[in-house]
Amino acid sequence: MRRWFASVALQLAVSSTAVALALAAGAVFIVAMGKDPIEVYTKLIEGSVGQGYGLGQVLYKATSLVFVGVAVALSFRAGLFNIGAEGQIYLGGFAGALAGLYIYPSPWVCAAAAALGGALAAVVPALLKALRGTHEVIVTIMMNFIVIYGVNYFTGRIQEPETVHTRGLADSARLATYKETFEGSALNSSLWVALAMAAFATYLLWRTRTGYEMRAAGLARGAAEAGGVRMRWTIAWTLLLSGAIAGLGSINFVLGNKGYFEKEFSAGVGFMGIAVALLGRNHPIAVIPAALLFAILSEGAVAIGRIVPGEIVDILQAITILFLLVGTVLLDRAIAAWQKRRQQEASRV
Amino acid sequence: MSDGPVTVRMTGITKTYPRVVANRNASIEARAGEVHAIVGENGAGKSTLMKILYGVVKPDAGETTVRGRRLSHGTPNEAIRAGIGMVFQHFMLVPPLTVAENIVLGAEPVRGPFVDRGRAEREIREVSEKFGLPIDPRNRVEDCSVGLQQRVEILKVLHRGAEVIILDEPTAVLTPQEVDELIQVIRRLAGQGKTVILITHKLREVMAASDRVTIMRAGETVETLETKKTSAGEIAHKMIGRELDQPPKPDGRPPGDAVLEVRGLEADSDRGTPALRGVELRVRSGEIVGLAGVEGNGQTELIECLAGLRTPSSGTVILGGKDITSHTPRSRFEAGLAHIAEDRHRRAVVLDFSLEENAILGLQHEFSRPFSLKFGAMRRHIEEIIRRCDVRPPDAGLPMRALSGGNQQKVVVGRELARRPRILLACHPTRGLDIGAIEFVQRSLLAERARGAGVLFVSAELSELMAISDQILVIAGGRIVGEVNPTEVDERRLGLMMTGHSV
Repeated sequence: MRRWFASVALQLAVSSTAVALALAAGAVFIVAMGKDPIEVYTKLIEGSVGQGYGLGQVLYKATSLVFVGVAVALSFRAGLFNIGAEGQIYLGGFAGALAGLYIYPSPWVCAAAAALGGALAAVVPALLKALRGTHEVIVTIMMNFIVIYGVNYFTGRIQEPETVHTRGLADSARLATYKETFEGSALNSSLWVALAMAAFATYLLWRTRTGYEMRAAGLARGAAEAGGVRMRWTIAWTLLLSGAIAGLGSINFVLGNKGYFEKEFSAGVGFMGIAVALLGRNHPIAVIPAALLFAILSEGAVAIGRIVPGEIVDILQAITILFLLVGTVLLDRAIAAWQKRRQQEASRV
Repeated sequence: MSDGPVTVRMTGITKTYPRVVANRNASIEARAGEVHAIVGENGAGKSTLMKILYGVVKPDAGETTVRGRRLSHGTPNEAIRAGIGMVFQHFMLVPPLTVAENIVLGAEPVRGPFVDRGRAEREIREVSEKFGLPIDPRNRVEDCSVGLQQRVEILKVLHRGAEVIILDEPTAVLTPQEVDELIQVIRRLAGQGKTVILITHKLREVMAASDRVTIMRAGETVETLETKKTSAGEIAHKMIGRELDQPPKPDGRPPGDAVLEVRGLEADSDRGTPALRGVELRVRSGEIVGLAGVEGNGQTELIECLAGLRTPSSGTVILGGKDITSHTPRSRFEAGLAHIAEDRHRRAVVLDFSLEENAILGLQHEFSRPFSLKFGAMRRHIEEIIRRCDVRPPDAGLPMRALSGGNQQKVVVGRELARRPRILLACHPTRGLDIGAIEFVQRSLLAERARGAGVLFVSAELSELMAISDQILVIAGGRIVGEVNPTEVDERRLGLMMTGHSV
């Protein structure tokens, strides 16, 4: 337990340092634009977490990022890089809306359909990887195009006139919102589902045999195979599960916010989720603060957009990732060196 | 013994890593024209001392002089300029390049912007003739045998004009014939006035090749002895600080029924070439069957076929009367198979898993219930292995990566034996381990035999094959080419059979 706390504290220290350094580096850009960084950062905080609506929006945006971040982190633990989350959340949203419109307007039915839709978008990469060893990165990227344009085509057939979205779902399919507390923000109860997914993924990975086999497959494929792990099954199941979690993320928008499926609703959140997973070092729980950070930057961008170009926020995000990556590499090296010393010590006991 | 001038003098070398002393006041002196062996168990500080000499590691204290020049312990470049060359255990060659290209790499003779191949090959022929190391400079390295590749490494060092040649565990990868050849080469180099420093823990080679031997223990240089005036027993005693136990021996109990039968097994290698061409063998309960062979003659593929990691193209594998040819690894475990894998890091352990997690690899079904692993049972399981196999440090939560190779292997052996297998596949189980760990592994195999398990034991160390096997099979070119009684055969004859000569 002490070891666990020490490692968490270390990770937090590294991540916080990286964020602080990124803010400092961002300040250089802001100064170069002739603005006051303190003022800009104050605005950024005020405009995001500093007031009810902003805070609600931050949590709303973080919800989607947690879903996708957990999905990507989970597959990464099994050594699989799922770049297809964008397509998976997209098909999930479409499937969820269709289920609500044509099957039964219940959030359970819609959510199940959303998860199935996400898994469906992952079927091809899962099968190709498991059976033929085709690299999942390429296949998932290509699936994004197929899924997104395929869904757009069918949406075009059923969308409401003069809009790019489907008919609205019945109220019985909608999720609870917190508009009074958060001044009309889009935050809704799918936040709890996202947190539950992070907890579920953590439990699965570290407390169950399935998770044990997934991690063994990700860390040492040969040893996992020799240890009786069925690689094909593990690969296929992991990618499908990852797709399902990403697909489930669509309920935040479809059931929680708008109540309908809209073209381009995902708006790159599937790709942002990869950065979030990376930032969270592929730990489903650490994905949560990482998602919050990105949500704050993204929501804050709206607030500071009036005084500096919104691009500064993109720059900040990129710099944060860079600093975290460097910090992570340095940390890993330090840990490796420490372990080597322990090993030398141990061999002399 | 050579009385040539002293070429290397290291005095008072101390290197401390936080909480660990790798070298403590170590001193060594080597002369021109001598073969100077450095022996010691793993972790005794041999490699650190030589890395300091080669400039890769900077010592905290101490002084190194090479041929009268004091080294500042800066970089390998300084050491190379001073005339030191090092042949590492893991070769640093570029396989698709030719022998000549590899040897001149980094010091290519050029004509204009181009490498002067003609001159490179001429230079290499000169060096190779001078030191009696015949080689065809135009061969590709990937087509060379391991022994030849080592020769390329030695030529590389000589081509740069090294006067002091450090060989790090050079015989680990060689066949007995190649070892004999290497020893001759080493003697010849010393005869031409070079200083050869030989790092090893095989006493037979020390006795056969060296003029003097420096013994290291726990970071210190214990003593330097003249090889002629000492014995393997004395060296071993000084090395481990106690008397060496009698090597383990099997008892006379007769074997029981066949537990493993292999019939007409054929399989391809990873490159798609035939690796097994009709292997027939049988292992009975209470019997250790040794499998001798030059590396790459089908041992790896055979074990993989038996463990369920490679699909044979034809033939059958029968375990305890049951045809398991097409079974998954898991159902083989359940039928009573255990496997100490050849490549520990690739096949046997997950380096980033804790000891506790590693201890259930392959047993994960036994240690799980529907929605959770059985953490209490896992903890008891690893504690038991740690206790029984004396794993150090005894900390179940440490990542496997933090352990020395010997201790990693103890966890693997403990885990596989905990299955109480009917048949144990032990593939190079002692490779790279120090004397203490080797003894532990050999005793474990014998204990399995006494318990009534059948053991298929693959090893490159003929002496250990001969010591603990009831029967030795020789594999060459993917076939079992001979079957010998270990008490009636010597290493020379076995070595000849391994290379395909019928005896």
